[in-house]
Amino acid sequence: MNLKVDIKEGNRETVVFLKGEVDVYTAPTLKESLYPLAEQKEKKIVVDLSNINYIDSTGLGIFIGALKATDKSNSTITICGANARVKRLFEITGLDEIIEIVSDQREEV
Amino acid sequence: MEDTKLTMYHLYKEMLNNYLKSKSEHTLYSAQQFSKEMLEKDMSPEEVISLHKSVIQELQQMNNEAVTDFIDSFDILLEVMIGYGLAHREHLSLRDRQRQLESELTVAARMQQSLLPSGKIELNSVDFGVISVPAGKMSGDYYHYFIDEQGHIGAAVADVIGKGVPAAMCMSMIKYAIDSLPEQRLQPAALLENLNRVVARNIDDDMFITMIYGSYDPKAHRFHYSSAGHEPCLFYCAESDTFRELKTKGLVLGVSSKVRYEEYYQDLEPGDFIVLLSDGVTECRIEDEFIDIKQITQLLRKYKHLPAQLMVDQVFSELEKIQDFKLNDDFTLLILRRNV
Repeated sequence: MNLKVDIKEGNRETVVFLKGEVDVYTAPTLKESLYPLAEQKEKKIVVDLSNINYIDSTGLGIFIGALKATDKSNSTITICGANARVKRLFEITGLDEIIEIVSDQREEV
Repeated sequence: MEDTKLTMYHLYKEMLNNYLKSKSEHTLYSAQQFSKEMLEKDMSPEEVISLHKSVIQELQQMNNEAVTDFIDSFDILLEVMIGYGLAHREHLSLRDRQRQLESELTVAARMQQSLLPSGKIELNSVDFGVISVPAGKMSGDYYHYFIDEQGHIGAAVADVIGKGVPAAMCMSMIKYAIDSLPEQRLQPAALLENLNRVVARNIDDDMFITMIYGSYDPKAHRFHYSSAGHEPCLFYCAESDTFRELKTKGLVLGVSSKVRYEEYYQDLEPGDFIVLLSDGVTECRIEDEFIDIKQITQLLRKYKHLPAQLMVDQVFSELEKIQDFKLNDDFTLLILRRNV
């Protein structure tokens, strides 16, 4: 399974559209695109997971790493469009308490 | 593929002819280059010899100095086989290296095994069983159990993100961190808070550990537990013959050093039991389908008449069968049952 990453820079926010699976094999791909964004100053990052059906723990680690980077750069990260399975993962791990999760998804332009 | 062979045949024939005419060093050198090319095209030594043979046969038909040429032709064959010889020696040295790594890994795995508790819990009040199987040689799962001086039974299951050697190294950190905590009985929430501070200081930004820790008081029949982002534990109620997930809140270990953990409890009646598991259990996949918690509880129910240790062994062996004996993730299952 592959992961496709599409980054759309908007006026108010930067949306990262993901498609496929975030697992131990594709996590490096996500890391390469998400970390540089998270390190930029005062960015509003939205990660759209509506086309993601599976995230494993390595994938979850990338979100944690990105979150730590946004804390340092004064940026924010929001997750949207997660399906029930993915959402459950964020809830069990308690990450829903520290990462904002909204249910609607972003329009792909 | 056939085209490649035909091209190689023509090239080989041309090279051999050149050599037989000129006997030049230069052609011998080009044979070495040719040998590299054949290796890249995955041609086996047998194919090379058969190639050689068919070229010789063709030459014999049009040339009456066949015998001398036949002997000389082997100079070329020899050069060609040099590449194979080198590859063979490289293979041998890699195999040695691999054996060495393999045996280092075996030693490490044995060392890791020694980090896990080895004694059994033999009490009249509880029936206890645990199984932990790594997907590879080393495990990123950790479990721990002990009886403290008040007679309470502490039990923990932790799961380090990822698997293999990096996860295993992280796992030993958990072990030493638990060991370094004060001797007196720690409340689950306090234990997780202490561990979290150690983990947060010593772990990469994108690593984390999930852990569930519980302490059972056999006199009050009460199980206290806290979770750091771990898969919920299961509670089996004997009276109603039902399973229920024990919901918890709590962030995984290693993200932020200031986390507070909540503590919960569950009272156990005779025959009731608690199941702690790692996400290797719920992430078992059959082709693309995940095994859900219902299938796990069905298996647990099927074997609930057995002692806890046999129960976990049976559940594991059935799940292994369903998965075709290919474990995708480290797997840990722990059961604590109140005896009558």
